[in-house]
Amino acid sequence: MPETEFLLEMKKITKRFSSNTVLDEVDFSVRQGEVHALIGENGAGKSTLMKILCGVYHADDGSVLIQGEKQKIKNPAESIALGISIINQEMSPMRDLTVAENIFMGRLPMKNGFIDKKTMNKMAQLLLDEIGSKIDPSQYMNSLKISDMQMVEICKAISFDAKIIIMDEPTSALSEKEVEALFQIINNLKSKGKSIIYISHKLDEIFAICDSATILRDGKLIDRSDIKDLTKDQMISSMVGRKIEDIFPPRHPKFGDIMLSIRDYQTSPGGPKISFDLRKGEVLGLTGLMGAGRTELAETIFGMRKRYGGVLKIEDKEVTVNNPLQAMKSGIAFCTDDRKLTGLVGTMSIKENITLPTIQDFFKGGMLSYKKEIDATNRMMEMLRIKATSYMTNVMELSGGNQQKVVLAKWLYREPKILILDEPTRGIDVGAKVEIYNVINELTDKGYSILFISSEMQEIIGVCDRVLIFHEGDVNGELNRAEFNQEYIMRCASGL
Amino acid sequence: MERKLKTFNVKNIMSNVVLLIALIAVMIIFTSLNSNFATAKNLTNILTQVSINGYLAIGAMCIMITGGIDLSSGSILALSGVVTASLVQTSGTPNVPLAICAGMGIAIAFGALNGLLVSRFKIVPFITTLATMMIARGIAFIYSNGRPITGLDESFLGLGSGKIGMISYPVIIMIIVIILAYIFLYRTKLGRYIYAVGGNEYAARVSGVKVENVKMIAYIIGGALAGLTAVVLTSRVTSGLPQAGDGYEMDAIAACAIGGVSLSGGKGKLWTVVIGIILLGVINNGMDMLNISSYYQDIFKGIIILIAVGLDLKKK
Repeated sequence: MPETEFLLEMKKITKRFSSNTVLDEVDFSVRQGEVHALIGENGAGKSTLMKILCGVYHADDGSVLIQGEKQKIKNPAESIALGISIINQEMSPMRDLTVAENIFMGRLPMKNGFIDKKTMNKMAQLLLDEIGSKIDPSQYMNSLKISDMQMVEICKAISFDAKIIIMDEPTSALSEKEVEALFQIINNLKSKGKSIIYISHKLDEIFAICDSATILRDGKLIDRSDIKDLTKDQMISSMVGRKIEDIFPPRHPKFGDIMLSIRDYQTSPGGPKISFDLRKGEVLGLTGLMGAGRTELAETIFGMRKRYGGVLKIEDKEVTVNNPLQAMKSGIAFCTDDRKLTGLVGTMSIKENITLPTIQDFFKGGMLSYKKEIDATNRMMEMLRIKATSYMTNVMELSGGNQQKVVLAKWLYREPKILILDEPTRGIDVGAKVEIYNVINELTDKGYSILFISSEMQEIIGVCDRVLIFHEGDVNGELNRAEFNQEYIMRCASGL
Repeated sequence: MERKLKTFNVKNIMSNVVLLIALIAVMIIFTSLNSNFATAKNLTNILTQVSINGYLAIGAMCIMITGGIDLSSGSILALSGVVTASLVQTSGTPNVPLAICAGMGIAIAFGALNGLLVSRFKIVPFITTLATMMIARGIAFIYSNGRPITGLDESFLGLGSGKIGMISYPVIIMIIVIILAYIFLYRTKLGRYIYAVGGNEYAARVSGVKVENVKMIAYIIGGALAGLTAVVLTSRVTSGLPQAGDGYEMDAIAACAIGGVSLSGGKGKLWTVVIGIILLGVINNGMDMLNISSYYQDIFKGIIILIAVGLDLKKK
């Protein structure tokens, strides 16, 4: 057996999907007992690389070595047998089964042809103790919090006697406290000699928990270093391939009168009262941790959610908004945070998606005019530089960036006065992000007012003229562009 | 890139016309096996036969595009049929316009009930229409005392048996229904909304679509077409039967499935559904003419459904 310092080595991995090379001779290696970060923009090839390791995809070229021995991983079962286990970002627990049954599904301990519940619960208890969790193994999954479900997933991973545990965005649904608990578990696993591949977009977490990092960009290896040799700015520029100054186009805002005025808005009964103004031509950022109440506020303004109190004024006139239709008629548009869930109709074409909210504008003599629809779609596609074969292309065939532009187009057609953008750049590559930022600048130059919701600090600082920081449903701080300060924003967001 | 585009288009067109090719192939086979098949008389006869399933299938299509399903159309048809028949009996005072209005009205009311339960009370469509299927059937038997309602007025019977040239009234009605369905699905706001609701209910809601109303209207259309079917069928069979239309809802769903309507909603083209309706009718008629037992016909139809849906899946 050849000597090597690495537990896992992937060498010159190449993967193509038809003519598209998604991984180009990528090297990836993890030492025993280290937490190794795998970072890159969306579409950089992280998940493809991990799917090859898990036997879901097969590499076109390159080799995988575990403890210096070459392995051919043909399917997920072989990957598990080699001691590789993955905790997916989107968990799929069997909710009507118990914790123990979830952990041992597929290999339930049997006795006389029946499930041996006693042994199963005992084995599960040992695993739960090992990670220091207080969950009862006989509890049903549907009674658990999301963070506890994640603990169960971790137990499942350990129960396979995994040497390498892949965690894909493990903290996206966790609160700060739960993140701390997770970090403790990770340290615990590390001390037992397990290696962890940690995929995350949150650079602070990576600096807090990881020992080393691999950075991918456009399917190529950019850097592999120890964390102590890296800075955050280096990491970002390696990930996006350009300097931060080049990502955000400069803003030269000209503010007009107050466009939108929110007074004492309550999104829950007896909840905090929120008030703010948005001026013509202004980009007002709403930031905070996940679940801090920004999206809820936006949904209430747009009439998707019940308002429990407060007044909404547009150009100093009081307006009642109880449903999306009224909001649209008052000149408000809302690009929701989840393109696939609430933004696009996946069975429809670009044209049908863009014209959906404004379909009544495309009638001629009582009948829908395809010509009018097509003309408008082509105009919007040109304006937002949507790249597609034609207006008939199904939206699901587009890249994330172009999908986002279709969502923008469907709201911009009617030229709303107020545009709410909820995480408009989530999950799209940096090139597409820059284009969205450019569009935002063009729109505010034309006098649009924008509410910009984002969890990404860099983006908030780069795009907004002013920012409101949310914590637990209330505004906990406000800064103008000149006063922008990362540390202050973070502190307000955490409730300090 | 250009070559890729071209093959993509060819593939797309192929998958769209494959059903038409299948229909033509089946017709050629029947023509070669039986010289009476391809006569003008028989072909118009087939169209008359498929018209009944045609109305129901187009109703089923509207509902399935919203992501729903309608199991009750066959039973609604029976109830609407006995009510219509009872109002045109020569033993009473036959009133044709009133009978048609009452028959259609009760069917529309049941459609509205389905729509209400599905959209406002959020009961899943399968269960909702399973329940109303039983309720409507039960009322039909109670209303008719379980017996056929016969002795219908001549002026009412003309509706099912009348002809203009070679073309029977039911076929003319079907052509009108297809034209109206085309206008509704492709040229009105509601038609577009039906596709949007089935494709992504949430996104439709955010876009200002009143999802509940759209679903409601789809089920009302389904009910109205079941009522229309009842009137035409009652006239054709010259009596109102409480057991009428048993299993017709399945034929309607089958025609939609063959025509590429997705059970998960959002997808389905009118013209492929029309071909699906005709294909099922041609198979029935052709096999009848060859004296093949209806048991074998069922097996064959089942296989056709699986092949059609299987090909549709492979396309993706």
